[in-house]
Amino acid sequence: MQRREALTTMLALAASASLPAANAERVSGGQPWTPGEAALPELPLAPPGSLAYFTQAEFDIVGAMAERLIPGDALSISGKDAGCATFIDRQLAGGYGSAATMYRLGRFIKGTPEQGTQSPLTPAQRYRQGLAALEKHCQATFGKGFAQLSGEQQDALLFAMERGSLALGPDVEVKQLFEQILQNVREGFLSDPIYGGNRGMASWKMIGFPGAQYDFRGLLGRNGQKLAIVPISLVDNSL
Amino acid sequence: MANKHPKADAVIVGLGWCGSLMAEELTRAGLNVVAIERGPWVETSVDFPPSVDTDELRWDTRRSMLLPQAVETSTFRNSAKQKALPTRDWNLNEMGNNVGGAGTHWAGMAWRFSPFDFQPYSMTMKRYGAGQIARGLILQDWGVTYDDLEPHYDRFEKIAGVSGKAGVLNGKVMEGGNPFEGNRSSEYPLPPLASLRLTDLFNTAAKSLGYHPFMVPAGQASAAYTNPLGVRMGPCTYCGYCLYYGCGNFSKSSPNACVIPALMQRSNFSVLTDSAVIRANLAPDGKTATGVTYIDKDGQEWEQPADIVVFSAFQMQNVRLLLLSKIGRPYDPATRTGTVGRAYNFQSVSGANLFFENEYLNTFIGAGALSQQIDDFNGDNFDHTGLGFIGGAGILVVARGARPIGNADFLPPGSPRWGKGWKEAYTHAFQNAAGIFGQGTSYSHEDCYLDLDPEYKDAHGLPLLRLTYDYNENDRRSAKFIEEKSVGIGKAMGATIVQGTNSAEGHYSPYNFASDHTIGGAVMGLDPRTSVLNRYQQSWDVHNVFVLGASSFPNNAGYNPTGTIGALTLWTAQAVREQYLSRRGPLVKA
Repeated sequence: MQRREALTTMLALAASASLPAANAERVSGGQPWTPGEAALPELPLAPPGSLAYFTQAEFDIVGAMAERLIPGDALSISGKDAGCATFIDRQLAGGYGSAATMYRLGRFIKGTPEQGTQSPLTPAQRYRQGLAALEKHCQATFGKGFAQLSGEQQDALLFAMERGSLALGPDVEVKQLFEQILQNVREGFLSDPIYGGNRGMASWKMIGFPGAQYDFRGLLGRNGQKLAIVPISLVDNSL
Repeated sequence: MANKHPKADAVIVGLGWCGSLMAEELTRAGLNVVAIERGPWVETSVDFPPSVDTDELRWDTRRSMLLPQAVETSTFRNSAKQKALPTRDWNLNEMGNNVGGAGTHWAGMAWRFSPFDFQPYSMTMKRYGAGQIARGLILQDWGVTYDDLEPHYDRFEKIAGVSGKAGVLNGKVMEGGNPFEGNRSSEYPLPPLASLRLTDLFNTAAKSLGYHPFMVPAGQASAAYTNPLGVRMGPCTYCGYCLYYGCGNFSKSSPNACVIPALMQRSNFSVLTDSAVIRANLAPDGKTATGVTYIDKDGQEWEQPADIVVFSAFQMQNVRLLLLSKIGRPYDPATRTGTVGRAYNFQSVSGANLFFENEYLNTFIGAGALSQQIDDFNGDNFDHTGLGFIGGAGILVVARGARPIGNADFLPPGSPRWGKGWKEAYTHAFQNAAGIFGQGTSYSHEDCYLDLDPEYKDAHGLPLLRLTYDYNENDRRSAKFIEEKSVGIGKAMGATIVQGTNSAEGHYSPYNFASDHTIGGAVMGLDPRTSVLNRYQQSWDVHNVFVLGASSFPNNAGYNPTGTIGALTLWTAQAVREQYLSRRGPLVKA
């Protein structure tokens, strides 16, 4: 069968006067396919240097956190310099931030650890609420915001959040907040640069991940050897 | 009901592996077939070409090809004493959401179950007696044997373009294959995938321990291939973007790559996409179904009448559809009667995490099923006398394609989770960490079942499915045994740190990704008191309803389910074509 030569007809349902047309596509007689079309990822349309969700203050706190969670050293630039805060800003402005895929109906009741998250907050709301509470705590305790604290002070706060021992008020599940931030900072550091983080593919160079490669047949038979593949990303550098 | 389509000969609910194979068989027999798929049409060249596919964040981390919980999820509790709460986020119940179903995003391990897996009750009674069976365990034969299914496994492997090496071929044990497998009538259509460093290490270690390692049958074409439906597959490029991804090379076995291109050429087939079936409709006497009702994108209800109704959605969705359609008698855990939702089961998984010192495992090169396995401790391949359990596990390593976000916690015990220490540990571990995965058999239990949740509902106002489940004593003993064997192999592989893992040690949680092989709840069998379906996956109660998928499995095997799902579908299709079409009624007397 010639895949590309398949007839590609989308038959709209013949709608009679009494029936509404079903809003389902009836696909038959071939495989609908338009040359040149590709299902590219959804990226928020925020110009470089602007913010899509965070306030500047929130952006600065998350940047400071990324600097501590993934510090710059001989292995790579820091999470902050790699663009993790920009990455998270774009993610929170999109479907991920609004928990578009999560089940959010019915009563939110605290359950067992095995039953997982039962929080009514979306990721974007969790950041907004949690960062505000953290900032309030820092101002009250140190007279400065989180971003202005020393690295040691920031680390101590992050450890306390990780352990769940930092009290940020009855509404903030501090451990869940920390886990979300750590996960998102890692995502920003390790995902394709197309999403705003991992600048210069810094993390991929660090761990030796070759990126958006699609064919390793030429390397079969070199089992156990250092391959030193130059990584590539989905970012279009052709222009 | 105002919105009604013309009647079809057969309506197929869910166009994954089961739905597409069934549609292929029935359209070839001349029937007019309409499939109804909840997700959209997808096309390799548009939706997952190489330039779109290679994106971990999108496809793996954010699970963009799966059915979101916002659309359908289930509620969960470990025991009937607890209140079930909705599983709100991505979890191990991974349902497909596109034409191709879960068969589009699966890893590709294309197994046959062993003969024991289909007759665990009679074979356990014969070899050990009733004392070997833990209290409350549901152990029953499937009503279909390995030998019944062999030709259908063979056909499935040829359609899917499976790469592997026969271990037992026409009664002869073959070098390099699995000597414990059921007898095969022919070789795999394609030779095994190339072995990589990780699979080399496993092979050598397993042999040094006297075990029998072999390459796992893979749904990745090891060479260019044309299947019996005339569809061409391209050779696998070992890119490692398989599980959670589509395949841009037409190399991974999937309904999209292997069946649908042929199906879409048939004038007696069409598929309605973006349409969620909510129930089968029954005739007034309740003995037959008249078709199905579905909801389209705009929330409009439609009826699709049909003479044959095939439920071929995901395992849990099949059970929910039966309950919503009021087909069969729901299981009552108090009286242990009723069948729909009974014998729900998952899979006990244990193994070991390995950390080497100076390796270049390069496991970013790989394929979803690029694996070495031993079956020495799977099924009933070893003597269980005195062990206190039945079953076991296939013990394997897989070079699935290590990915940066997904591996970020795969570190030696005690490593920092962030900071400079994390960076150092991760940089080393990315090339030096590997897992041994003991994929267990599991037998269901009287206390574990599926029913409709009394409180939580989907966006259409229909009750969610409720899981009541935890590991049972047989699972725990068997997983512990396999963990110990896995640790032994890990040490023989030369890893400096070997850490046993055991998902069945604690309570089950849908967020602990032991595997995603959820089964049962609408099982096939010989007795209508203990099964929903007869040996042809035909409803005992409503004879023109057939239910396909892992929902039919009374017990789980130490293998991935897809090969068996495919073979059972083809077995059922043969019964429909050769028996049911000429004599509409129960194919087995109740």
